[in-house]
Amino acid sequence: MKEYNEEDFLSISGIQHFIFCRRQWALIHIEQQWDENVRTVEGEHLHKRAHDESIKESRGDLIVSRGISVFSRTLGMRGVCDIVEFRKDKNGISLFGREGLFIPVPVEYKRGHPKEHDADILQLVAQCMCLEEMLACTIEKAYLYYDEMKRRQEVLLSEEHRQKIRKISLEMHELYERRYTPKVKMGKGCKACSLENLCMPKLCGKLSAVSYIEGRVKD
Amino acid sequence: MKKLLNTLYITTLDAYLSLDGETVMVQKEGETIGRVPLHNLENIVTFGYTGASPALMGACADRNIGLCFMTRHGRFLARVVGMSKGNVVLRKMQYAISEEEKACFTIARNCIFGKIYNSKWILERAARDYPMRLDVDKLKGASEQLSRYLNIIRGKEEAIPCEDLEQLRGFEGKSATVYFSVVDDLILQQKDAFFFKDRNKRPPLDNVNALLSFFYTLLSHDVASALEAVGFDAYIGFLHRDRPGRVSLALDMMEELRSVLVDRFVISLINKKQVTDTDFMKKENGAILLTDEARKKALNAWQSRKQEMITHPFLSEKIPWGLVPYVQAMLLARYIRGDLEEYPPFLWK
Ligand code: SF4
Repeated sequence: MKEYNEEDFLSISGIQHFIFCRRQWALIHIEQQWDENVRTVEGEHLHKRAHDESIKESRGDLIVSRGISVFSRTLGMRGVCDIVEFRKDKNGISLFGREGLFIPVPVEYKRGHPKEHDADILQLVAQCMCLEEMLACTIEKAYLYYDEMKRRQEVLLSEEHRQKIRKISLEMHELYERRYTPKVKMGKGCKACSLENLCMPKLCGKLSAVSYIEGRVKD
Repeated sequence: MKKLLNTLYITTLDAYLSLDGETVMVQKEGETIGRVPLHNLENIVTFGYTGASPALMGACADRNIGLCFMTRHGRFLARVVGMSKGNVVLRKMQYAISEEEKACFTIARNCIFGKIYNSKWILERAARDYPMRLDVDKLKGASEQLSRYLNIIRGKEEAIPCEDLEQLRGFEGKSATVYFSVVDDLILQQKDAFFFKDRNKRPPLDNVNALLSFFYTLLSHDVASALEAVGFDAYIGFLHRDRPGRVSLALDMMEELRSVLVDRFVISLINKKQVTDTDFMKKENGAILLTDEARKKALNAWQSRKQEMITHPFLSEKIPWGLVPYVQAMLLARYIRGDLEEYPPFLWK
């Protein structure tokens, strides 16, 4: 199986961008352009809170670990888990310096409420796959926590999910290696896109610079 | 479209700028004379000589707010450039292009096309707006010559090639001569105080040149900030070769913007009598400078001009003209990243 070098790891947080629009992902992660808007700033605050205490707290049968960095060499991705709960379970794995066996259960904080698309779920799956690789275990379920609902949503990890992530990571790496920003495909997403100013979606071929200039030669 | 934010001009000479939370604090002799929240600002241009605190410089660099120091007479001193914000890919491509004559030419040609086109349409407009006051035939004659150069640099006149930067510079020079030869005609008021014989800049020797130099300097700062906001290195140009301390790429892009943004503005200041002869003073060396009062007036007029809306000719989108440098910088970036077959200059009509 192919393994990626650390310097080629891509950010898991880009999966949501990639699913929303590949060009948006490329503008942010390849061209490193980012139009900060209110939404993203709020998002960061939320995460700061979740990551606040990076110390582990131990409550009997539960170890809660915040803000752990995770990566996968086979996916070539890295990210940060908001929270990973290690639950004592006899079918679990051993943890260095801890007594007993544990099952890791990631919990990811999100703004708003559950979305129609599966970007949040897939991002969580990618984090789980990283954890699985780092802990040499299998993770069956994880949770998304939505601040507006104040409730956890269970996510069961399927092989289909994992396949999707493998495919997405391959595509991302392929674009990244070529440093290629896909051309605009205007869609309904463009209206809600925080990168519209940078992307200039009108340039989708409808506008021709050549005919614009040539038209003026005749003026 | 991105919003046009304000530019803060500090004309009080002994004002000191510092950061206080999220605001710029303007102090004079230890007293606070003003506060402006940073989030409303796009640029700070200061003519003061006491400077600014490093904390403010850092905050500006961080938030992509241009910070520029000028002498009291509007000569450029320095600009604060922070750690460059990413877009390594774009920069590397920019550097690669700058090493390649042919690729430079392709972009530079379009900037010069914009320059000639815009100056031509300034003449055409004047001929249409003031047929009773102007020598229309003379203006039309100049305009036709400019049209000819437009054709040549687009390769439409086979007998006269324009295929490299040197030839391009030649036609640029020729068209500038044609254009500047009639600029004086466009001045319709206060003719004895405001006349234009030729362009002189080091130092400017008459009122019109003093105004042009002042606003060209401000525009070059705006353009350099816009280029850097998009991720370019403003110092590496395609037409203008790099020279230490010169914002060559900003100068390239200014070619197409000078006449529409500055020349027209300066001429209208004069024609509307918003500036008069008493706004200028003459130094011992013959240099003409704006008085402190006049600078304030002129900056106010400039700031309101920036808010005026125009339709961007390529994007067909309404934008304030203050955003034109930013939009052009974006278009240049999109051309270099392969989204457009050519760089579309700003073509005003
Ligand atoms: S504006 Fe549209 S095409 Fe451009 S990045 Fe956003 S969603 Fe993608």
